[in-house]
Amino acid sequence: MFVEEIELSGHILDSLILPKILDEILSRGGNFRILEIQVGKQRTDLTRTRIEVSGPTPEMMDDLIRRLRQHGAEVVRESAVELAPAPADGVFPPDFYVTTNQQTYVRLGEKWIEVRPASMDCGIAVDPDQERATAVKFCEVREGMRIAVGHGGIRVVPWQRPMDRRGVFDFMASNVSSEKPKSAIIRELAQEIRRAKEAGGKILVVAGPAVVHTGAGEHLEKMIEQGYVHILFSGNALAAHDIEQALYGTSLGVYVREGSLAENGHENHMRAINAMRAAGGIRRAVECGLLRRGVMQKCVRHGVDIVLAGSIRDDGPLPEVITDVVEAQKAMRARLEGVTVALLMGTMLHSIAVGNLLSASVKSICVDINPAVVTKLADRGTFQALGLVTDIEPFLRELTGFLTEGSKETSTDAGPPTVPA
Amino acid sequence: MRVLLLCPPDHYGIEYEINPWMHRGRDAMPEVARAQWKGLRDKLEELDARIELVAPQPGLPDMVFTANAGLVAGQRFIRSSFRYKERRGEAAHFQRWFEEHGYEVIALPPELFFEGEGDALFCGDVLFCGYRFRSEIRSHRRLAEILGCLAVSVELVDERFYHLDTCFCPLPDGGAFWFPGAFDEYGQRAIRDHCGSLIEVRLDEALCFGSNAVVLDRDIVVPEGCPRLVEALGGRGYRCHALPMTEFIKAGGACKCLTLYLPAK
Repeated sequence: MFVEEIELSGHILDSLILPKILDEILSRGGNFRILEIQVGKQRTDLTRTRIEVSGPTPEMMDDLIRRLRQHGAEVVRESAVELAPAPADGVFPPDFYVTTNQQTYVRLGEKWIEVRPASMDCGIAVDPDQERATAVKFCEVREGMRIAVGHGGIRVVPWQRPMDRRGVFDFMASNVSSEKPKSAIIRELAQEIRRAKEAGGKILVVAGPAVVHTGAGEHLEKMIEQGYVHILFSGNALAAHDIEQALYGTSLGVYVREGSLAENGHENHMRAINAMRAAGGIRRAVECGLLRRGVMQKCVRHGVDIVLAGSIRDDGPLPEVITDVVEAQKAMRARLEGVTVALLMGTMLHSIAVGNLLSASVKSICVDINPAVVTKLADRGTFQALGLVTDIEPFLRELTGFLTEGSKETSTDAGPPTVPA
Repeated sequence: MRVLLLCPPDHYGIEYEINPWMHRGRDAMPEVARAQWKGLRDKLEELDARIELVAPQPGLPDMVFTANAGLVAGQRFIRSSFRYKERRGEAAHFQRWFEEHGYEVIALPPELFFEGEGDALFCGDVLFCGYRFRSEIRSHRRLAEILGCLAVSVELVDERFYHLDTCFCPLPDGGAFWFPGAFDEYGQRAIRDHCGSLIEVRLDEALCFGSNAVVLDRDIVVPEGCPRLVEALGGRGYRCHALPMTEFIKAGGACKCLTLYLPAK
């Protein structure tokens, strides 16, 4: 969304210039917000108003503003964004602007430049020659990089839930409760996921090992097979326990199907990790036929982009796990372009970490048995996430059920099968 | 008695093209133009108007259209700021005339185009102001501030009627005659909201510059070729005096364009 502020004064009510300008904005696909209006008390007093005009593209806005100028509108010129050089690698200049996860623009000359990606807790590196503004983390700052400071010349476009209330993300607030009618919400969510896929958006799944422990792995596999997962962010544990189950049928030594303990089952996850290390990684293990089932195997087979970020308590870790958290975060950020739906399931730390990287415009749902996880995510800035307090297994079972049902409906809708001639 | 400023057509001719009426290949006939201008002057004097003359200048053929010199309010003269460079040379000559005649001259910023009575006409206490082809709407706000009046801005949308005085003529009873098609719908509504009874000029008569008339109380001097308008005005008790204006219409002007009211109301 591109925004300009205009000022208008004169006998704009008697002349019908104000309604004309507002009509012109709307009829050309723009929108407006009257920021201020001072109506003259006497007949001869001038009326003054300030209006925020917004539109979807810079070209459309240029054209619109040119037309509004003909009717006397004057553009309130924003001061340009103030830039200061980064004093050292990894250090922002004092008073650097700290981003939110909302769409943000910086003023460069006569233009508003969108800051990409929309990601919270970053600084804004500006390249005036390339007319580029990038949200950068500490680790990406290089000495001399030109960083936005202060608040002048910076605009944030608040993310708003659409008014037409079509989907679950539109009508639900993110209040956390285990008392919500989950089935209806999950059905809506399934529709949202299908819509996202059809529109060419990417679906991101962030999952903790609970997915495997609770026996929900097979549902996630189904989603992967049906093409509803494009990216998977997780840690060492999900992969280790998924592979443990694939190789030994247990998760943390417990047979997932029977719920009974395996003899010496506590060794299984270590043996699974060792097997992957010996094979040269998960991908290799799949390719050589060692790993024949499970979530990770499906990810490799179906081209899901995987980032496994390590933590201090990891066993192993698996060869694919990125143990440098800064590198892991970079790898995750690099994959977020085009993500429109994010499912954050059964992991507090990964959910918060990914929530911090997501733009507010990404439709995010956080599913956890612990209400505090959902609350925490919202409190840490990912306010747009919807919360669902439930066990992962029934959630994913129902979601994949609706997704499968939906794709059957879609194929039925496609009409009768063609009869070969 | 109304006082009017005119400029003899000694240097008048079609030397450039700055509106759809002008074609260099279709120049005005000097003798006929002189006769038509004299006819107008004589008629205005006959109707008891006092005529003041500003000296014509070589190289400024449109100076004959004194309505575009500026706007006169009491002893103040708000000088025009011409959009086209071809006419900008006129401003200094008009300014000198007004200074010599004891007027306070007010100049708008040069980038704030304003073409005088051509685009600003009082109807009662309301100053109607045209914009888009010549004057800038921003100049209207300045006029309202200087004159302390309500200035209703109306957008002109038909280039053939590039000045307000080519399509709108106020009457002393608070009404006006006009060609609505020259305005956008907002301008039409604004005029209907702020004017008394309106007489619509048909397109064919509007193209004969029927709205470009000089109103002297109950007498109205109009170009020839507008019999329906003359009849309608007659029905309202106005006496119309139709004059040939063909040579000035070639430049996009007629009776009113050749006349500046001293003062505007």
